[in-house]
Amino acid sequence: MSIPILEMRNITKEFPGVKALDNVSFQVAEGEIHCLVGENGAGKSTLMKVLSGVYPHGEYTGEILFGGHVQKFAGIRDSEKAGIAIIYQELALVPEMTVYENIFLGHEIRNGFMVDWNETIKRAGEMLKKVRLDVNPAAKVKDLGVGKQQLVEIAKALSRDVKLLILDEPTAALNEDDSENLLNLLRDLKNHGVTCIMISHKLKEVIEIAETVTVLRDGQTICTLDAPKGEVSQNVLIKHMVGREIDNIYPHREHRQPGEVVLAVANWSAYDPALGRNVLSDINFIVRKGEIVGLAGLMGSGRTELALSIFGNPDGYRIKGEISVKGKKRRFTHPQKAIGAGVAYVTEDRKSDGLILIQDVKQNITLANLRAISKRGVVNNNAEVKIANEYKTSLNIKTPSVEQKVGNLSGGNQQKVSLGKWLFVKPDVLILDEPTRGIDVGAKYEIYMIMTRLVEQGMCIIMISSELPEVLGMSDRVYIVSSGKIAGELPIEEATQEKIMHLATN
Amino acid sequence: MSFIKNARRVLQQNIREYGMYIALFVIMAIFTITTDGIFISSRNISNLLNQTGYIAVLAVGMTLVIVIRHIDLSVGFLAGFLGAVAAIAMVFWHWPVYVAIPFVLALGVLAGLITAFLVAQMNIPAFVATLAGWLIYRGAILLVTESTGTIIIPDAAFNAIGNGFIPDIPDIGILPGVHKLTLILGLSGIILFIINEINDRRKKQAYNFEVLPLDIFILKLVLVSALVGGITWVLAGYQGLSWTAVVVLIVVLVYDFITSKTVLGRHIYAIGGNPEAAELSGISVKRITYVVFGSMGMLSALSGILFASRLQSATTTAGTLFELDAIAAAFVGGVSAAGGVGKVMGSLIGALVMLSLTSGMNLMGIGIAPQYLVRGAVLAAAVIFDVATRSRGK
Repeated sequence: MSIPILEMRNITKEFPGVKALDNVSFQVAEGEIHCLVGENGAGKSTLMKVLSGVYPHGEYTGEILFGGHVQKFAGIRDSEKAGIAIIYQELALVPEMTVYENIFLGHEIRNGFMVDWNETIKRAGEMLKKVRLDVNPAAKVKDLGVGKQQLVEIAKALSRDVKLLILDEPTAALNEDDSENLLNLLRDLKNHGVTCIMISHKLKEVIEIAETVTVLRDGQTICTLDAPKGEVSQNVLIKHMVGREIDNIYPHREHRQPGEVVLAVANWSAYDPALGRNVLSDINFIVRKGEIVGLAGLMGSGRTELALSIFGNPDGYRIKGEISVKGKKRRFTHPQKAIGAGVAYVTEDRKSDGLILIQDVKQNITLANLRAISKRGVVNNNAEVKIANEYKTSLNIKTPSVEQKVGNLSGGNQQKVSLGKWLFVKPDVLILDEPTRGIDVGAKYEIYMIMTRLVEQGMCIIMISSELPEVLGMSDRVYIVSSGKIAGELPIEEATQEKIMHLATN
Repeated sequence: MSFIKNARRVLQQNIREYGMYIALFVIMAIFTITTDGIFISSRNISNLLNQTGYIAVLAVGMTLVIVIRHIDLSVGFLAGFLGAVAAIAMVFWHWPVYVAIPFVLALGVLAGLITAFLVAQMNIPAFVATLAGWLIYRGAILLVTESTGTIIIPDAAFNAIGNGFIPDIPDIGILPGVHKLTLILGLSGIILFIINEINDRRKKQAYNFEVLPLDIFILKLVLVSALVGGITWVLAGYQGLSWTAVVVLIVVLVYDFITSKTVLGRHIYAIGGNPEAAELSGISVKRITYVVFGSMGMLSALSGILFASRLQSATTTAGTLFELDAIAAAFVGGVSAAGGVGKVMGSLIGALVMLSLTSGMNLMGIGIAPQYLVRGAVLAAAVIFDVATRSRGK
């Protein structure tokens, strides 16, 4: 191992009631790509926040050595000055500003008192070339896809002469192509002497790119593994992350003879007046009783738009086509109608449009079906507590009580609350949009078990997922969506990752 | 010792909720001392409650508007305008009071629905839409009072709303000079409160929820009972409970029930907490927006009626700055500008805090300029306190 550029020694950080980091030590060698893995709540993000000065010196105990010197960052500005840049899951760009304005935001190139725009644009172009992003520097950030926005973020970090780049789940929102592109870029940066720390849940990527992997669990360093020595493999990582062996991450499912058709969508299209073209066209598919149907496809292929428009929330699109639920023709003008007809939709992003984080578990669980626990418009609080506790038990939601605010729960438990809310609606068709995004391995398995149980009880599930192993592991049938069309349908016996990717990219 | 420890812990955990009650108590205590007891006199407290009335009903409606992440600047002049309409209906059209009042309340609802149409249907930011309303209703009130100037309202029943008191039961020989019906009402209120609290505590214990330690629970019952009893006693020593106070109490109780116990209330707070999630949970954000602004319009009308009745006339400047007083009361009462958080009862306390400041400083003979400075500082302090305790609670 070469000289460490970063050494964090015996870091302990406590929140009221919780020890988020317990005597963690962490070393990164200069010029390497170092992955940090662990379940949600293991302390990865907290550790990075300590490093970047979000939690300033004095709020934690322990020592940070960066570039050979002891550092006492009082804030993000200090760590930036030292050459550390963090790129968060939620991108920190200003959507209404141009790419070049964003890249130099906060450290504008000046010419006296004024901003030197010509120099800015020229330098922005160089930075974009470095990250191999081919866009007009004058384009507005909001017009770029998530993958490209991420690259702009990296360009922004590079423009500050960064020595240590930290990426927090950089590929969580990216499709396979963009992810691959990003990983290549990281290798490239490494060759130019930039050290990288990457936090990721996608173990395949970690194995692909990491030279060293540090595993955190419950606020402690579990181990540091050396990839060139062959210490890193998926099984080993999972074993260290959860502290136990998971030999099969998907529950065993019997692909039974499916029942009658519950949901049928015919000639479905959605016209976007803003773009002046169809975002969805000629979509036909069916879902049968007791089936899990996977909707695979790249990010931006129209899967979420399809689900939302079926659910009665067309979001400004003009919809044509027919839906029938259990043989009855339906038209949903509002999610309320869809819920009434037995269709439920668990959103992709539970924080932004799934849950009400400032309200408690019970209020979130009953929200979509308050009428079931009320008489003449008055809510029966006792019934509510009872229902909430039932779901707490049956879904194994880990919370001290159902009166806990949802914002205080971990990602996996939030997702379970979200599921509970929609199960309480007692739907026939459950649409799950990225049901396991950003949650840890243990919670993922629990969600899969719940899904299996639900279809055995006769529900049918549409699962939108970007993770191909998940699609293959859980579905009975797979539809592949590409550019707003159904590009193909595969029974599970015939489906492979390669076939799906082939159809999705066509 | 455990009692003090308990008390401190409970206070720390609920500092946000109890903070404004404590603030109100402290403010009242200070003024009682600085005015040699005049502040707490029956007459002054009675006046104070009547002055709070027309701001308090606006603050109640504003609470819901702010909870769903909007604002309504038009309510002041809307109240003034509708007060004038009530006066015109009674004086020039010779409508009886029992027709004029429902008519004006209905007009208020209509005005609120128009605002809601602009906000929910046309997607105009509430600040802009209601600023337009502010100008329009100001123009309207000037227009209808232009030819006549101040309109004197001769109707005794109407004027009683803002100036009258509830009747007393016939004299039965005990407690002469004290308003007995007020005492009876106050006492029943206390008893109902205690029964309700005890029932609630039992239910929570049945579910193994955390409840206040028994000694603190009793302390809370005693304090609230003493407060209500004290106010009742003070009021009973003058002319008893005023009709304005009755109206405000009914409005607050009804809105408190709606917001805390009903499906509608849940939907309102859900939208405030996360409008996208609420919409996708089958709640029509548009419909709730109509309901909330409609109720705001109705309460504006009520505020206009209370004010016109109190002055026994409709004036060209009625309603000036009411909207800002109502917004300030809501924020002092703990409503969050980010939406989804805030209680009706809190806004009532907020209104009482602001009006107590005015009343107390008037009694002390403090000029209008320092009064504004103090009220501004209290508003800022209340919001700073709220933000500080909120982030610590996370």
